[in-house]
Amino acid sequence: MSKTVKEVQIGDVGAQAASRMDGDRMALNVGPSHPTTHGVLRLIMELDGDLITRCEPVLGYLHRGDEKIAENMTYNQFVPYTDRLDYLAPLANNVAYAITVEKLAGIELPERCEAIRVLVCEMARISSHLLGMGVFGMDAGAWTPFMYTFTEREKLYSLFEELTGARFTTSYTRIGGVARDLPEGWLSKVEKFVDELPQAIDEVEKLLTRNRIFLDRTEGIGTISKEDAIAFGITGPNLRASGVDLDLRKDRPYSGYEKYEFDVPIGTRGDCYDRYLVRIEEVRQSILIIKQVIASMPGGLWYAEDAKKIFAPPKEQIMTNMEELIQNFMIVTEGPQIPPGEVYFEAENPKGALGFYLVSKGGGVPYRLKIRAPSFCNLSILEKLVPGHMLSDITVILGSLDFVMGECDR
Amino acid sequence: MIDEDFVSLLLKGREYLSVLHQEDCLTLQSDPAHIIDLCTHLRDEQTFDLLADLTAIDQGEDASTRFIVVVHLYSLIHKSYLRIHVNCLDNLNPEVPSLSGVFPAANWHERETFDMFGISFTEHPNLKRILMWDEYPYYPLRKEFPLAGIEVPLPAADVSEVTGANVDPAPMMGGPFVSSSNGRLSEAEPRGKDESWTEDTEKLL
Repeated sequence: MSKTVKEVQIGDVGAQAASRMDGDRMALNVGPSHPTTHGVLRLIMELDGDLITRCEPVLGYLHRGDEKIAENMTYNQFVPYTDRLDYLAPLANNVAYAITVEKLAGIELPERCEAIRVLVCEMARISSHLLGMGVFGMDAGAWTPFMYTFTEREKLYSLFEELTGARFTTSYTRIGGVARDLPEGWLSKVEKFVDELPQAIDEVEKLLTRNRIFLDRTEGIGTISKEDAIAFGITGPNLRASGVDLDLRKDRPYSGYEKYEFDVPIGTRGDCYDRYLVRIEEVRQSILIIKQVIASMPGGLWYAEDAKKIFAPPKEQIMTNMEELIQNFMIVTEGPQIPPGEVYFEAENPKGALGFYLVSKGGGVPYRLKIRAPSFCNLSILEKLVPGHMLSDITVILGSLDFVMGECDR
Repeated sequence: MIDEDFVSLLLKGREYLSVLHQEDCLTLQSDPAHIIDLCTHLRDEQTFDLLADLTAIDQGEDASTRFIVVVHLYSLIHKSYLRIHVNCLDNLNPEVPSLSGVFPAANWHERETFDMFGISFTEHPNLKRILMWDEYPYYPLRKEFPLAGIEVPLPAADVSEVTGANVDPAPMMGGPFVSSSNGRLSEAEPRGKDESWTEDTEKLL
């Protein structure tokens, strides 16, 4: 009954896969470069007609050795690399990384810095979910919602650009604070954006949520049970869609999330449709959080002033004071001085729980930095989830899992 | 709650287990032989049923215990993490029992740890490389592996036969700004220029 399919060589994958007929089964190669896979994921599947009987994900096409790189640079130098993990929500990655190092250093941040971080995290979540919903609709055959969500993302990118100087690779946090304070008048622009966003979400919902074709393609497809979701270490919206109430913003609040009121949407069936619904609702909740942050934005400093060996002082002080000049020189050349120890921190990122496990032996360079990527864990269920589905379902399943290969392969 | 009672109950009757510290979360040290029993107990009796992370640390070639496998578990009830250190007994052929029978999530994490450190997980259903290609001969996250990489043949033999290309180390030792955690940082100053070639010697491509 079960026939083993030989590993396909990389050279001429397409031709080999198409020509290989193994009895009545066929091996089909999807990716590594294929619009369905949203990046460079490769799937080797065994087909019985249109039915998938086996699925083997092949990773590593975007592996850049980020963990090795981290062992060879100072803490602040690694911030730009975190942009390139989940490159659809770089701000949230920056924040997660900075909090990890600060936990080990034992730094207390001023309220304003924490509020800024919550604000940018939620904006990153909206940005990531807008893309997730848009391309998910596209995977199911609906082009138009994508246009609405991308129009909104464009506005977000303009806001990111004004805040950080970059649209995509933001590198906004520093160990012990953020790169710069909020620009003047920026908050009112964010407020205008979140006031207008619900209309765009409503448009998307009108096009998708009760759309017969969309429902037929997503309901009951790719169902992940509660038990499986936990056993495979799935986190984020994918886990909550399966009915597990785990949101680290609520359960282990960081950066002052406990001050804001919001609901955690939970799915009931854990199918592709539920994952879509959970993301839609999370965007609405993020809007609520952003409004609360803006309404209660505290004044004060946006960096930990006491952390003299960790956060470089403002530029005008460096240029005029000897003390600050030395302080800045030491931080740039030797890196922020972090005490020895180990720490593990997970932040609730748009894709799931992004974890950093940091081992320090003192000094300005990490001894070991492990990045626990949510996409990596979320994809590990594919081997179990995909078999039994039709070939046409693979696009919907992959789209609903909303993964990013930059983070998965690191 | 993760309190004194929890810890003392857990340690009771388990001589192989000790508490390392409780700084950011409860950190236990276990020996490899009992790790499956311990994790099954933690999963079934103590609600630590979500394997958050599994990785390893390389303590360097001179260390008495070179490789430490680090497991992070999360409990949805306690809303808390738990860390387990497992020291690999053999520095040359490190081996740890696989947790993939207890947590399916461990499957890929262990493959990655094997890929990067060369730690074998016994009884693992499919222990092969996951990020690097199958024929890759090195373990990149070991401390002696250079940041720039080592020259190896291309994974596609048919392509390298025609082009003669292979996988080269990165120029400038992996980038212009490198400050290794080994040795004095001031001696490993960020380099501004590629010193692998000058006006007199051709750039190697």
